[in-house]
Amino acid sequence: MTSYVPPLRNLRFVLDEMAGLPDILTTEMYNHVDTETVHMVLEEVGRFMAEVVAPTNVDGDQIGSNWSEGGVVTTPDSFKAAYSKIVESGYAAIPFDPDFGGGGFPWVTALAIQELLTSSDMAFSLCNLLTQGAIDAIIHHGEEEQKNTYLPKMLTGEWTGTMNLSEPQAGSDVGAVATKAEPVGDGSYRITGQKIWITFGEHDMADNIIHLVLARTPGAAPGTRGISMFLVPKFLVNSDGSLGDRNDVSCVSIEHKLGIHGSPTCVLAYGDNEGALGWLVGDEFTGMRNMFTMMNNARLSVGLQGVSVAERAYQLSLGYAQERLQGTAVGGEKGVQSPIIEHADVRRLLMTQRSWIDAMRYLIYINGGLLDLANAGVDAAQRESARERASLLIPLSKSLCTDVANETTSLGVQVFGGMGYVEETGAAQHMRDARIGAIYEGTNGIQAADLVGRKLPMRGGQVVEDLLSEFEDIADELREDDRLVRFGDNLVEACGAARTAGRWLLDNGSDLNAALAGSSPYLRLLGTVVCGGYSAKAALVAQGNLEGSEGEFYGARFVSARYFGEQILPQVVGLEKAVTAGSDQLFALSAKQLAI
Amino acid sequence: MCRRAHVLGLDQVVKLSSTMHAMKVVVCVKQIPDPADPGALDPETRTLKRDVKLILDESDSYGVEMALQLVEAAGEGEVTLVSMAPNNERSGLATALAMGAASATLVSDPALVGTDALTTAKILAATIKDQGADLVIAGSESSDGYTGTVPEQIAAVLDLPSVTAAKSVEVDGSNILVKRQTDAGYDSIICPMPAVISVTAGVVEPRYPSFKGIMAAKSKPVEEKLAADLGFEEDQVGWSGSGQEIVEVAEAPTREAGDIIEDDGEAHVKIVEFLESLKVI
Ligand SMILES: Cc1cc2nc3c(=O)[nH]c(=O)nc-3n(C[C@H](O)[C@H](O)[C@H](O)COP(=O)(O)OP(=O)(O)OC[C@H]3O[C@@H](n4cnc5c(N)ncnc54)[C@H](O)[C@@H]3O)c2cc1C
Ligand SMILES: Cc1cc2nc3c(=O)[nH]c(=O)nc-3n(C[C@H](O)[C@H](O)[C@H](O)COP(=O)(O)OP(=O)(O)OC[C@H]3O[C@@H](n4cnc5c(N)ncnc54)[C@H](O)[C@@H]3O)c2cc1C
Repeated sequence: MTSYVPPLRNLRFVLDEMAGLPDILTTEMYNHVDTETVHMVLEEVGRFMAEVVAPTNVDGDQIGSNWSEGGVVTTPDSFKAAYSKIVESGYAAIPFDPDFGGGGFPWVTALAIQELLTSSDMAFSLCNLLTQGAIDAIIHHGEEEQKNTYLPKMLTGEWTGTMNLSEPQAGSDVGAVATKAEPVGDGSYRITGQKIWITFGEHDMADNIIHLVLARTPGAAPGTRGISMFLVPKFLVNSDGSLGDRNDVSCVSIEHKLGIHGSPTCVLAYGDNEGALGWLVGDEFTGMRNMFTMMNNARLSVGLQGVSVAERAYQLSLGYAQERLQGTAVGGEKGVQSPIIEHADVRRLLMTQRSWIDAMRYLIYINGGLLDLANAGVDAAQRESARERASLLIPLSKSLCTDVANETTSLGVQVFGGMGYVEETGAAQHMRDARIGAIYEGTNGIQAADLVGRKLPMRGGQVVEDLLSEFEDIADELREDDRLVRFGDNLVEACGAARTAGRWLLDNGSDLNAALAGSSPYLRLLGTVVCGGYSAKAALVAQGNLEGSEGEFYGARFVSARYFGEQILPQVVGLEKAVTAGSDQLFALSAKQLAI
Repeated sequence: MCRRAHVLGLDQVVKLSSTMHAMKVVVCVKQIPDPADPGALDPETRTLKRDVKLILDESDSYGVEMALQLVEAAGEGEVTLVSMAPNNERSGLATALAMGAASATLVSDPALVGTDALTTAKILAATIKDQGADLVIAGSESSDGYTGTVPEQIAAVLDLPSVTAAKSVEVDGSNILVKRQTDAGYDSIICPMPAVISVTAGVVEPRYPSFKGIMAAKSKPVEEKLAADLGFEEDQVGWSGSGQEIVEVAEAPTREAGDIIEDDGEAHVKIVEFLESLKVI
């Protein structure tokens, strides 16, 4: 129904001029890749996604994935056709180890591919995303034999992967996992238990599904310390690589959801019969720790989902705003209806989306570039400082981008007026699809607790402080340009608010409820400041290119950044007071009083 | 143009032996401004400005695909590309190379600015001439210029048989069997090789370049040529060499609003009257 235009020029700008791709490509790990090749790949991938995957988006929503007797899950036909083309293309392997058939590209380029895929069809993209997580886990923690057996087929996408953490009593509280793993004696285990919410836990797009399952061995300590990770294939793999018997894992049902209808969210029963055969990935009891090594990538990807869906929703609403005639805009000919894009308030709906999307993209890709440098940086000092900053940014990327996507996709609906509330236009689907981002991969509330409890206290608050003082230096540069003085002033004020709020949280950390009460507004505050700081950086890059042959493009970035600095960034000043208000009012009412 | 091609009657279509030999196929690929963002017409020359980034004309992706399939079916051989484009532009060639073509020749020369369709054909023919091609494939018409004449002009210059509007092509010994799209269905044509055929959009499904294909394309040879390398004097090409001149560019007329017949129970009579007035019934 709706077309998708891959934002290739924006991606080039973000990668090359914001996220430091050229520097990453000078490191020993990545110097076999050059920027031109990256962009050549992105062009072809973009065309592929727009032509092959984007048209599946409506099927995914309207037909969805369906469960039938015997635990069979059927995806829409268009999903199967598009998926087999993805497998043929080899795109899924681009960021992974060449030893297993990958391209060895940096992660930040994988993000760009992921954005193109996710904007095309978020529900469909989840299959690759979860497979990517499983590959990551096996690469980091698997044994050689496991790598050789599973990775080549998973890198092509012929086999897909899942991550099985959640159980009915173990959601945010992963430590409550109760699934059991009994050693058989030959190195294998029998897994029994029930997992819920398992994305693409069963489907008909691939020959095999490799489940990574968190479970407890006999005598394991309670909580996260007693959890181990197991590899449980849907079909057992024979020593010659061919597929053998069906393992004892079945899909009991799938959920009926608000959005991402194409992505089957499965209840998986392990061991209804003799117990599902599984093998340890990594040592016993390291399951949770090992899960954390993938957490950064996974959380960043979910943040990117926010940006990706926001982009698609924005493109759709921008198109409508140019066509829909209604009212006469200021300065328009009397009695002649204007395209609604001419009305100031519709402009606001569009600019707010545009400006947030640009800013969120800077945050996500800069965060991704830092993760690459944390691995590939030239020396230990560079790797460590990249690692520190990357881990500070992760909860911001994950939560801010998914929260804001909920807002901007809603603005997208608003642009359509009544037609936005009608499913046929597709605007509502983006809003529904985006909604999950704030929930899975650690709810945004859990991210805020991570920010306040772990990230802000890094080096006594100095990791945050370093970033704020960089932004203040950028603010000084802004103030040298008449057009950017206001932005510069706002940025200084915003950094001040972030500093006061952060200081308050550190000083009041002993009152846990007070700190946690302020955690979500602080995340919003700091996230907005970081988006403002990176937008300021973008404005400075654009400033030097306004007259060149690409003046139109840089002009758009310049204005979009200014809008952020002048109209969005000032919101943080109010948030400072919410952060520092403490928890008294939150707990002043009893549950009963909350009901009246 | 099909001097040596024969239209077969249905009864003449016999299953011919399918001896294979290595196939060398040359595909003409035009690189054009992205139709999604086409840039402007130059008011002075009334031609499309070509200083923007160019991409592979979608019309030619079908030819590339057909050529790749023919070579794959033959089991041996290769697909090479020829293109004439300004500013040494090779982005479109990169796509076709990533799809699987082996190499390309790119003719790019400031002297060629203003070259018309016939001269384009002469240039492309000169590039193709010594390649020893079994088959030359072009699009039926390009997406930006769409004069739809270049393939036949190439055939004439090279004195080769030409089959237009090919829907499918099969190699049989030293001949090709072509199904040629017509209004009523298709003609079955047998034509000796070498030959020039033009393919219509949509007849095959062009493959997307795989990651491996894209990476491999980086090291595939692209030979650049100037007009002089092909034996052309400066006044034979470009504006001065063109017999064709664009005298005027006008907006396409907007479609006129149609008559709406409301069904008051008599609509069928009005529709019949209307169709009679058009003399279609
Ligand atoms: C569509 C979908 C796909 C999913 N895919 C997967 C998957 O592939 N694999 C997988 O393992 N899981 C998956 N999940 C599960 C998902 O990660 C969990 O839903 C999520 O972690 C939240 O857990 P919960 O649903 O039990 O909510 P709860 O933990 O019950 O949370 C309810 C509310 O309480 C808040 N809360 C809970 N604990 C705290 C706390 N300590 N401090 C502050 N606030 C708190 C939460 O923020 C939330 O607002 C998926 C879920 C959905 C809906
Ligand atoms: C006034 C004028 C000015 C021009 N100025 C320029 C210029 O500045 N620079 C320039 O490069 N060209 C220029 N051209 C050439 C023009 O862009 C076309 O290449 C040529 O006229 C072919 O016309 P067409 O696209 O309508 O071909 P069609 O006959 O519609 O094309 C059919 C098929 O022929 C092949 N083909 C056509 N053109 C090419 C090509 N160039 N390379 C490879 N295969 C091809 C393709 O397979 C295509 O699908 C100019 C043409 C005119 C008339």
